[in-house]
Amino acid sequence: MTPSGSEALEAFYEALLDDDAGQLYDRAPCGYLSTAPDGTIIKVNQTFLTLTGYDRGQLIGQIRFAELLSIGGRIYHETHYAPMLTMHGQAHEIALDIIRADGSRLPVLVNSVLERDAHGGPRVIRTAVFDARLRREYERELLRAKQRAEESEARATTLARTLQQTLIPPIPPVIPNLDVAAAYRPAGDGSEVGGDFYDVFQIGTGDWVVAIGDVCGKGVDAAVVTALVRHTLRAATVQHAEPSKALWTLNDVLRQHDTDRFCTVALLRLRQADGEWTGAVSCAGHPLPLLRQSDGTLRAVGKPGALLGVVDAPHLHDVHISLPPGDTLLLYTDGVTEGRSGKDFYGEARLVAAAACSFDSAEALTSAVLSEVLEFQAGRPRDDIAVVAIRVPV
Amino acid sequence: MVSIATRHNINVSGQPDGQPILFAHGFGCDQNMWRYVAPRFEDEFRVVLFDHVGAGNSDPSAYEPERYSSLSGYAGDIVAICTELQLRDVVFVGHSVSAMIGVLAAAAAPELFTKLVLVGPSPRYINDDDYVGGFSADDINDLLESLESNYLGWSSAMAPVIMGQADRPELGEELTESFCRTDPVIARAFARVTFLSDNRDDLPAVATPTLILQCANDVIAPVSVGEFVRDAIPNASMVLLNATGHCPNLSAPEETAAAIEQFVRRSTLALR
Repeated sequence: MTPSGSEALEAFYEALLDDDAGQLYDRAPCGYLSTAPDGTIIKVNQTFLTLTGYDRGQLIGQIRFAELLSIGGRIYHETHYAPMLTMHGQAHEIALDIIRADGSRLPVLVNSVLERDAHGGPRVIRTAVFDARLRREYERELLRAKQRAEESEARATTLARTLQQTLIPPIPPVIPNLDVAAAYRPAGDGSEVGGDFYDVFQIGTGDWVVAIGDVCGKGVDAAVVTALVRHTLRAATVQHAEPSKALWTLNDVLRQHDTDRFCTVALLRLRQADGEWTGAVSCAGHPLPLLRQSDGTLRAVGKPGALLGVVDAPHLHDVHISLPPGDTLLLYTDGVTEGRSGKDFYGEARLVAAAACSFDSAEALTSAVLSEVLEFQAGRPRDDIAVVAIRVPV
Repeated sequence: MVSIATRHNINVSGQPDGQPILFAHGFGCDQNMWRYVAPRFEDEFRVVLFDHVGAGNSDPSAYEPERYSSLSGYAGDIVAICTELQLRDVVFVGHSVSAMIGVLAAAAAPELFTKLVLVGPSPRYINDDDYVGGFSADDINDLLESLESNYLGWSSAMAPVIMGQADRPELGEELTESFCRTDPVIARAFARVTFLSDNRDDLPAVATPTLILQCANDVIAPVSVGEFVRDAIPNASMVLLNATGHCPNLSAPEETAAAIEQFVRRSTLALR
């Protein structure tokens, strides 16, 4: 049975009469207070007293609103809230803590309006106070989650950098009678571990290995493979004098390893005998090194071979080279030649032109190449860049 | 390279050949804090208003955490503004933390300034043995939390409204709507440098004649702190205002302007 029309009307009038202005004010579902322009409390409703535990007599004419706040809230009130109120006549959704009569804290959200007199001078401030305990708890959770996210992001970045530093020897070793320099720059902002690597290490007296390579992909998975590649090369070059044989061993390891990642490597074995440097180079899917002779002419050395980690018996070749004094060998990854500006690639021609200039040192050459490729890409490379230069002093 | 004028949202009014009076706002808001006081000086002075980097309509990209990790970074900006605008015989009026920024600027480049007016200054907010700054270290942490809570009102959607509109002056009105809302990270850093600084030892180095404007009932800078500043600066006097709170420039602009005028205009007459 539904109530008849007259019953509903009767209930309506009853509620209306009961809810007079005084009740509306005193029993509103939020605290109300009015203050003089200096903040002295002149009127409060019952809800505010219930929320805060004060007696009317403790507040009216006795205390300024800001004095009910926590110290931090008072400073915020003075530096933000009061200026906003004076300038705009209102302030909204300000989060403050009221110190209750029993000393406990009550998180509240506060809205205020400033009433002005006929001359525009401040007359009274009216403030509504909303209990925000549950909301504040939830917001704290959000803040904590945000802080945790920021911290873990910072940790991940630090981890990536640390990992990168273990993969990239920042300074190549000093080799007697050989000038070696390297430059490396990860893609983008450098926060992710890249797949490019290089390594320069000694096998015996006057017997050195230079490796440069690129493992496909990025991030931790690629870094794991990069580490595997480097360690395998260090072991395999001890066992095999010919670079191609060492690369075969690496290929076997990659094939047996639980990864579908492949890589490119240019591997150089250098020996010094009677003051002269000779050696052999093998390239597995990697750009051929550039040889700059003392007369300024440039040519690629080596013979293209297959990628590693894809097929079981890759075709690889050893090409013998000799480096008389004044010659420079430049090894690089495809992040150099495939550096892009719009649709344009940096390309081999630009690299050859850059390397054709005369340089005093290997370091001058690597840093010139790196800065030119970076400039070409407006300082934000899309791929990792690695460059190694070896120069035989005159 | 962004010009200093854009970087600091510099606004110049008044007499182009007049003595410069430079108003610096404190922690919390921006140069709008001076809107009821500064115009009263336009009849005689060249009035210069600006926003500290990170506040108001300054260039947000100019904020360098390292540079602004101490008040001397802000003081360097004051000297740079004076140099850029070729200001000489400057009257510097600094509110709240800018009072100490002015102290550092005047100590670094005394030749630029003829008068300092420090409104609600405090060389150290945290109590230290016999020194009463008014706050404990916990209180300052409480403030940082209070800022944190109110950052929630600063959503990323609001950011473009607040920042980066130096080239659209017609939006000035809207900007004042949000003038106390700052990038949370910067506000937090500014709060730390403001409330954790200790500039008590810098006060005796101020040779410039100085006026301290002290409010009667200021929770941030109590009267005893104002007196400390007056006693520590060699050539300083203090005027106790009837105004309450920390911002007499907003709550009692007439009284504030009158006190500044008496100090700066009297001296102008004496100089003539």
